[in-house]
Amino acid sequence: MQTYDLEANGLRGLNETLHAQSGATNQTAWEVVNPKGSHAIAVGLDAPIEVTVKGSTGYYCAGMNQQATIRVEGSAGPGAAENMMSGTVIIDGDASQYAGATGHGGLLVIKGNASSRCGISMKGIDIVVHGNIGHMSAFMAQAGNLVVCGDAGDALGDSLYEARLFVRGSVKSLGADCIEKELRPEHIEILKDLLGRAGADAKPEEFKRYGSARQLYNFDVDNAAAY
Amino acid sequence: MSDNNIPRTVPIQSATFTNEINAEIRRAAATGIYDIRGGGAKRKVPHFDDLLFLGASVSRYPLEGYREKCDTSVLLGTRFAKNPIKLDIPITIAGMSFGALSGPAKEALGRGASMAGTSTTTGDGGMTQEERGHSTQLVYQYLPSRYGMNPNDLRKADAIEIVVGQGAKPGGGGMLLGQKISDRVAEMRTLPKGIDQRSSCRHPDWTGPDDLEIKILELREITNGRIPIYVKIAGARPYFDTTLAIKAGADVVVLDGMQGGTAATQDVFIEHVGQPTLACIRPAVQALQDLGMHRKVQLVISGGIRTGADVAKAMALGADAVSIGTAAMIAIGDNDPKWESEYQKLGSTTGAYDDWHEGMDPAGITTQNPELMKRVDPVDAGRRLRNYLKVMTLEAQTIARACGHNHLHNLEPEDLCALTMEAAAMARVPLAGTDWYPGKAGF
Repeated sequence: MQTYDLEANGLRGLNETLHAQSGATNQTAWEVVNPKGSHAIAVGLDAPIEVTVKGSTGYYCAGMNQQATIRVEGSAGPGAAENMMSGTVIIDGDASQYAGATGHGGLLVIKGNASSRCGISMKGIDIVVHGNIGHMSAFMAQAGNLVVCGDAGDALGDSLYEARLFVRGSVKSLGADCIEKELRPEHIEILKDLLGRAGADAKPEEFKRYGSARQLYNFDVDNAAAY
Repeated sequence: MSDNNIPRTVPIQSATFTNEINAEIRRAAATGIYDIRGGGAKRKVPHFDDLLFLGASVSRYPLEGYREKCDTSVLLGTRFAKNPIKLDIPITIAGMSFGALSGPAKEALGRGASMAGTSTTTGDGGMTQEERGHSTQLVYQYLPSRYGMNPNDLRKADAIEIVVGQGAKPGGGGMLLGQKISDRVAEMRTLPKGIDQRSSCRHPDWTGPDDLEIKILELREITNGRIPIYVKIAGARPYFDTTLAIKAGADVVVLDGMQGGTAATQDVFIEHVGQPTLACIRPAVQALQDLGMHRKVQLVISGGIRTGADVAKAMALGADAVSIGTAAMIAIGDNDPKWESEYQKLGSTTGAYDDWHEGMDPAGITTQNPELMKRVDPVDAGRRLRNYLKVMTLEAQTIARACGHNHLHNLEPEDLCALTMEAAAMARVPLAGTDWYPGKAGF
């Protein structure tokens, strides 16, 4: 286990060190101590390493992650795992706004609650939130799966494209063009896999599925009120 | 006297309800949708044509045209980046997306820019092999939609341009209509083929200048501080936006006035939102000077740059470089008269064709139609862009030498006068024949 004291050694040194790790590295386990809410911790990683952040983080922790497994033993500020491409990011606490924004791949697990705009413009990432999510989550979400074990706030899935949304609890309101859809066996399988990988104690059958009605895909003046 | 002999008034067209306005009313009434088009503002606004250079005189002596050097090189991103961009000429190619433009057109832009010693820029939809492969210096746009946003491409870039605004539509997003969403475009943007692709008007994971500072930090961390980070703003509130971009940590500010083009947006947006390029430069320069950052954070001006004179005027007003989009498209064949019969079939004419969003561009530039795309020969079109860039540079050098400057950056507002009160006020240079401009203290 390699230990990096962020307070003592600085952010650039951390990220440069982690960027320098290749797939062949034998330094596969890293621990970041004294994060103290710093921004941009462990961003742009591209190696199959494991990074554990011993405390809460600021903005954009694990941004644009590829391959790495990053765990935050605390809560994460806005934009955690934004634009993630692959790998796994686990937030033990809560996540602020825009968690998983625009992510293309990989798995983001939030063990607490996620704030507003969770999964905004997601493009293939899988997100599992053990708790609740805030308003406007999955806004303009394009692809991937958002699984919410708790409740969802207002305007879930507004202007949704092809992302799949699964919510176990209540949904305060659905956004424009987002509708409830049938939970078919293939969705049960998706849920089973994601819940298992995320360590979430929930049964797939308890969830409802939401998706795009695809009514806003091509501009129609008769839908102007929805825009 | 018969009725035929009574003098009659001549028909008078309304200056308010012009033929163009009436046609738009009829079109709107028939379709129920606003007009969408490409390009920038077509209305007449104060522009660089309203400025003149004074040239040399007794008090200033010129440099010999073909003998004395006039440098045109520029470094962009000297504030923080380990590797600033070094350009041979201060004219860059503005961001234009693959999707809005065809692959051959993007390749032509890369070829032309590289031959001329300057950079080109990606757009919404990500980086294509065509442009990376043919651009020696490529700026990667970081846009609100994040279509095609990929850290691997980010690391391949020579600079990152965070797009906050665009001169054609400050505060607006974009729309790539389904007709242009080919399999390749759809795949790059992770969306189904054939649907209208909306580009967001603001970034999904930050709002405001404090967040922007952290976003810049993140991008700088991902790239290990290697490459410059530009912030592109529209000509909305140039003093404050420039100030905030600088304070957020930008290496370069790109400022796009309302004549700057877009692939597609509402005509009402293009013509009625934002400020003319000419009106934006001095406030931005003032912001840089007030923070002690002029020439430390570079200013790139775009929106209606057409000639070497425009380049020289923008630089005399304080810009470090300019950027061209529409002009570059024309250089590689957009709106070429040889396609006139086809423009007419589309209800347009040479010079006026702006339905770029429909994907039927006869010139093969703003289309994804495989047959139309073949009309762009990237090698030939790239050579024409290179020639055009060289001509603009020579023109700017000609003017700079005539004003006694051995570098384009040495051009200054004192080299200029204005032909109109409006231009004098906006450019803060004296009205021709006077030493006064509106707003100048002491008058």
